[in-house]
Amino acid sequence: MMADPALRVQDLVVQYDTASGPARAVDRVSFTLRQGERLGLIGESGSGKTTMGTALMRLTRAPGRIVGGSVMLGGTDVMTLSQRELRAVRLRDIAMIPQGAMSSLNPVLRIRVQIEDAIHAHEGRLPKAEMAARIAALLTRVGLDPAVADRFPHELSGGMKQRTVMAIATSLSPKVIVADEPTSALDVVVQRQVMQTLGRLQSGLGAAVVLIGHDMGLMAQFADTVGVMYAGRLVEIGPVAQMIGAPRHPYTRLLIDSLPGIDAKRRLTGIPGLPPRLTDMPPGCAFAPRCPLVNASCTASVPVLQTVAQDHHAACHLYPGLAALPPLTTRAAP
Amino acid sequence: MTPPLIELRGVLQTYGAFTALDRLQMTLPDTAAMLAIAGESGSGKTTLARIMLGFIQPTEGQVLYRGRDIATMSRAERFTFGREVQPIFQDPFNVFNPFYRVDHVLKTPLRKFGLASTQAEAQRIIEDALSRVGLRPKDTLGRFPHELSGGQRQRIMVARAVLLRPRLIIADEPVSMVDASLRATILDEIRDLNRDLGIAFVYITHDLTTAFQLCDDIVVLYQGRVAEAGAVENVIGAPQHPYSRLLVSSIPLPDPSRRWGDDDLQADPAQSARTSAGCRFAPRCPQAMDRCWSTDPAMTRPLQHRVMACHLDASAPLEGTDIVSAFSEPDRARSAPPRGQQGTKA
Repeated sequence: MMADPALRVQDLVVQYDTASGPARAVDRVSFTLRQGERLGLIGESGSGKTTMGTALMRLTRAPGRIVGGSVMLGGTDVMTLSQRELRAVRLRDIAMIPQGAMSSLNPVLRIRVQIEDAIHAHEGRLPKAEMAARIAALLTRVGLDPAVADRFPHELSGGMKQRTVMAIATSLSPKVIVADEPTSALDVVVQRQVMQTLGRLQSGLGAAVVLIGHDMGLMAQFADTVGVMYAGRLVEIGPVAQMIGAPRHPYTRLLIDSLPGIDAKRRLTGIPGLPPRLTDMPPGCAFAPRCPLVNASCTASVPVLQTVAQDHHAACHLYPGLAALPPLTTRAAP
Repeated sequence: MTPPLIELRGVLQTYGAFTALDRLQMTLPDTAAMLAIAGESGSGKTTLARIMLGFIQPTEGQVLYRGRDIATMSRAERFTFGREVQPIFQDPFNVFNPFYRVDHVLKTPLRKFGLASTQAEAQRIIEDALSRVGLRPKDTLGRFPHELSGGQRQRIMVARAVLLRPRLIIADEPVSMVDASLRATILDEIRDLNRDLGIAFVYITHDLTTAFQLCDDIVVLYQGRVAEAGAVENVIGAPQHPYSRLLVSSIPLPDPSRRWGDDDLQADPAQSARTSAGCRFAPRCPQAMDRCWSTDPAMTRPLQHRVMACHLDASAPLEGTDIVSAFSEPDRARSAPPRGQQGTKA
């Protein structure tokens, strides 16, 4: 029998009310995360991936607002919780490692106080010795010296700050961790260290992880499942090996083709054109204006996710007509 | 014999007690080279870019541009240097003044260097530069910076550099803030500029993958010193220095069948300040030996087209330490076009 999913997102819609009209930064996104699963959510800037991550915890701020959908965390719908219930759920059941850990620590408080705050808020006061032992264990778990507890954020390197934020985020052993570009400002070696730490935390806690990012390389290194967002919509989701080896959506294919490798030198090809403005979406598929395989149905209706292989879904009108994607060549740049 | 395009002679840059660049010796031949300078934050790569651009005067040592020390250039020479050596910066958001249309950043340098005698000629030069970086002049000119995407703004900065017909462009992380689908396009355009116009590039980056795709040669810096240098196929394809090996093995390859090993990495680089007179990399090196802590390794040539500073290579130290001339043997002729057409266009 299948265990309950850790997270089930259904038709989530997040909208920003802008001067030029409503912009749907997240447009009817649905996906399910198994317990202990690592989902990589990839998209370019403006694709809605960060908006999506914050909406999972109902941390969306004005001018953004969640206008529809549900986020089931175990048996509870996060969207129906009171503010008080929500505070209890955050950190305990679902925790976030935000983008730019550098700026999410309070610069005037020692690390110890910042970790204590998190635990106090959920479990009340603990005996001093117990708290100290717990903080030491949390820091050790992310590969830091327990002495870091008595330091201030400015005394730590970028990698150490990111680990500290990871220790805080996992202080209550959440079942779901949302990590938003946790390594974006870090060097390649530190990035690898931080990702390995996140991987160890994840397997130690048995938590499910949503890793938000723009680097397909990181996703290939970390994720079990990869979801691709484009203009607020989830356009493809599937097992990592298939997503990279045999993607079905033309956007995913072109994104992968644009990645430089270190095996052979080749002509670098990007994707011509730009993503649409969210306030001025084209009719039908949002990728149609840039798609080399566009046809009449693409502008007629918005494609929905359909199953293209086991656990693999793509929102593209080519399916079910096609079994696999033919090789693509991009049109000459405008 | 033509003097090198850029020559660094014992360039030392210190900030208080911190040494950003430690007596760097290096030449860039005047052959439209594509050279990558790679390293982590703190390696000195941005300091090196600023010194080569003449933005900062090194604490010690000299920088020569086509045989002339840039510190003692005459006004006229300095003016020419300012046109022929162009920067492209990382952040395509901060370099624009939001109150001016983008035309401003294109027209100002043309006027400053007197490269166009009429409005029509200025327009033609600008339109040519924009088309070379894949921008449609009519969709770009007359716009304000906020109306353009990050990728478009960065392409305008490339166009700005190109319209001055430089000999050398020093690009400091030009695509690290640009989305993946555009990154490849911009790098490809840079390669075209190198091939079609004979512009040399120094590409400063922490990303070895794009360095491999774009450049011929690479210099890997570690804490202000050269760790390893050579042809990209060698240094990235088969790194010898433990630091280059660490960098290459940390690349997140987009291939789930080639994942990082689970080996524990050495200490946080930020905590690995040099503690002895030995090799700077010793505190992080998995292969550190006794003498790595006592003696700074000299530059050797373990293989053709390759130099490195590591005690693992037992070959004799090189005479002098001009690393680029050490691996650019004359047999590696480059297929760069002659530079003749350049001057006439400018």
